[in-house]
Amino acid sequence: MMMQLFYILIFPGFLFLYLMSFILEYEDRIIYARLQNRKGPPLFQPLADFIKLLAKEDIVPECADKKIFKLMPMIALTAVVTSFFYIPIWGVNSLYPFKGDLIVVLYLLTIPTVTFFLAGWSSTSLYSTIGAVRTLTQLFSYEVLLFLSVLSPAMLADSWSLGDMASFYNERPAMMLFNIVAFGMSLVAMLGKLEKVPFDIAEAETEIVGGTFTEYSGRLFAFFRMAINMEMVVGASLIAAVFLPFGLTLDPVYGFMLYIVKVFFVIFFLSVGRTVFARLRIDQMVSVCWKYFAPIAFAQIVLILIVKGVVL
Amino acid sequence: MGTVKIPIGPQHPALKEPESFLISLDGERIKDVGMRLGYNHRGVEKAAEGRTYIQNIYLIERVCGICSHSHSTAFIQAVEEVAGVEIPKRAKYIRSIVGELERVHSHLLWLGVAGHEVGFDTLLMYSWRDREVVMELLAAIGGNRVNYAMNTFGGARRDLDKDMLERILKAVDVLEDRTKYYINIATKETTLIKRLSGVGYISKDDVIKLGTVGPTGRASGISRDARKDDPYAAYGEVDFNVITDTHCDVYGRAVVRLLELMETYKIIRQLIKNIPDGDIAVRFPRRVPAGEATSRYEAPRGEDVHYVKGNGTDKPERVKLRAPTLANLMSVAKMLEDDNLADVPIAIAAIDPCFSCTDRMIKLEHSSGNSEIVTWGDLRKRSIDFYRTQHGIDFSELNKKYRGNL
Amino acid sequence: MKRPGKMLREVLSHLTKKPATKKYPAEPIKLPDGFRGRLRFYPEKCVGCKLCMKDCPANAITIEKVGDTFEAIVNLDRCIYCAQCVDSCNKKALEMTKQFELAQIDRRALKVKV
Repeated sequence: MMMQLFYILIFPGFLFLYLMSFILEYEDRIIYARLQNRKGPPLFQPLADFIKLLAKEDIVPECADKKIFKLMPMIALTAVVTSFFYIPIWGVNSLYPFKGDLIVVLYLLTIPTVTFFLAGWSSTSLYSTIGAVRTLTQLFSYEVLLFLSVLSPAMLADSWSLGDMASFYNERPAMMLFNIVAFGMSLVAMLGKLEKVPFDIAEAETEIVGGTFTEYSGRLFAFFRMAINMEMVVGASLIAAVFLPFGLTLDPVYGFMLYIVKVFFVIFFLSVGRTVFARLRIDQMVSVCWKYFAPIAFAQIVLILIVKGVVL
Repeated sequence: MGTVKIPIGPQHPALKEPESFLISLDGERIKDVGMRLGYNHRGVEKAAEGRTYIQNIYLIERVCGICSHSHSTAFIQAVEEVAGVEIPKRAKYIRSIVGELERVHSHLLWLGVAGHEVGFDTLLMYSWRDREVVMELLAAIGGNRVNYAMNTFGGARRDLDKDMLERILKAVDVLEDRTKYYINIATKETTLIKRLSGVGYISKDDVIKLGTVGPTGRASGISRDARKDDPYAAYGEVDFNVITDTHCDVYGRAVVRLLELMETYKIIRQLIKNIPDGDIAVRFPRRVPAGEATSRYEAPRGEDVHYVKGNGTDKPERVKLRAPTLANLMSVAKMLEDDNLADVPIAIAAIDPCFSCTDRMIKLEHSSGNSEIVTWGDLRKRSIDFYRTQHGIDFSELNKKYRGNL
Repeated sequence: MKRPGKMLREVLSHLTKKPATKKYPAEPIKLPDGFRGRLRFYPEKCVGCKLCMKDCPANAITIEKVGDTFEAIVNLDRCIYCAQCVDSCNKKALEMTKQFELAQIDRRALKVKV
């Protein structure tokens, strides 16, 4: 029992996720800054931002649905933290593995997006409402892409379980190479999921101020930000677990270090992605995702099917 | 969703200055744009009447933070015309060189702002980093990064020595390199083009009808440039092209500005090559004779028009400025027709607006003869009444207490 | 050729380069010669013509006679650092320095004898 609580609350559970989210936010910000030839924030900046937000006043709009408004950050946070327990960090298995945990992780990762929508909608500000509608519209364009790209390695491994997939690829490392296209597509989908440029349409500050989060301040906003940062950790871990499943039989210490390297690697791609593009319009994003990225992901699945027929 | 009215401004992250745009939306599509000016009236024209001509140089220079040299040159040209003073040729060249350097920093600034408005912050960071080259140059020339104070009646205040001219040439080489790179980015980066092309369309006819000036007008195929049409300073002696484009949209405006930068480098090189020796200023009387004059100046944002009327004293009778944004602003409503909400910031930014330079007060006289003037005290009384009746808060005690200090 | 991510090469090349950020105030900033900062007054040169007062666009400078010499009082918050007084002075009694870090908590501390 004590061990279970330790797993859930301290390591590799909540506290680890909490610290990791700050480290990854820092990495993202410093790489973004360096790529733009800026100095970037100091190491403790993300933590300082968080503490500062906690100290600020919580303002709830008069017309807002107060319960939903206050509840949504917590739900987003809970969903993200829960999903982390089903992702293998080092070794083959996650904390609580079961058949089909991949699907559960993907669904749990959808919940934060839905809470963004509800939070924006319930705060009744015009900017938030438009942001909320954009969040949902966006969801329909990148979610399919994310599912398609994450499921293609699963199809190759013939399992919906992250653990089984990991052991499959651990035995046949060369098989990973067939998933490179899906890896790229999943990075694109992750940019959409984390609402980063070029897909930060829902919170485009120059158009709709802060989008969904316009009315949020203080502690509630701090929790939303934390949820998004943790989503970044979970998303990067998921991509690392699905697309980079090598070195899993190593000693836990080395395995953990390898995990950190993998996550940093994924975040680096995301940072570069948000550096080199301009923000798309919502109609452009939908058409790009459906016209170009979804067919590519389909082609990947076809490739996987052929590989399965020929090689295995 | 039915039609939603969404306010962009007076306070909004997309706008760097206060101005109100009330946008009627059908989903993400714009149905109608309501515009309201006047949030930033500073009373510059009236203030100019109460100051001497010399003091006015610095007042007019501060009309705009970006085109400070443009406004002061336009004003000084008008005053010199009233006084009938011809300035030395070297001073004319110096004015033109500083004016062109100002155009460089203004256009690079615009490029960064445009990048930021479409969420391309990397472009902002890079173009503003490179803008530092010309900013530091201007600081070395005039002693300040923004208000160079290079102009005075009868010529220029500081000379450009040989070292400085060479430094300018070196900086121009660097900037030309970078500008070529930005032209490459702006015309080749797909996401940027997707956000710029087709946005804020305004046809040539509409541009003529609405009197749009500067790069905004030139991007719709109108070849109008005060430097070419009505040469002032040293522009009559240099060879350059007026850049026009036929895209009629934000993309065209970006291309026009970037290509104009290339022309600017050409102009600076010619000016430095041909700069004559001699005095930089002539004596100028403190009292300017009665008379009036209008002067035109091609500021980076478009044509700047200044009117000055002298009455024989050391203070002007009337000063009237027309900032380029005033001419361009009316076209924004036309540009936004049937665009997306996401295009609003970039369409507004594409005219390179400077709202504070634009705002003027108009006093309306009713034909019946009763006009209303609200004084500062009245306004104060009104706001105290408003809070007492609407919110039950009484500020009158506080007002009495602090009145002396405010 | 038109393609997305045109800046990629430039951006990646900056990964190892030194940031362009100026580390002010940790490192002092380099000012050009002829920078227009706080005024300096040479009382021995002043003849008390008060042309500087007349021409100052912001009414920031006041010349007062104290005993046999003159004293210049400048409101640093009103001064717009245009250096017109330096130009107006026929005796070169005024000069601009490079000093620009003039912020004060108390407004009264900005009214100084230069």
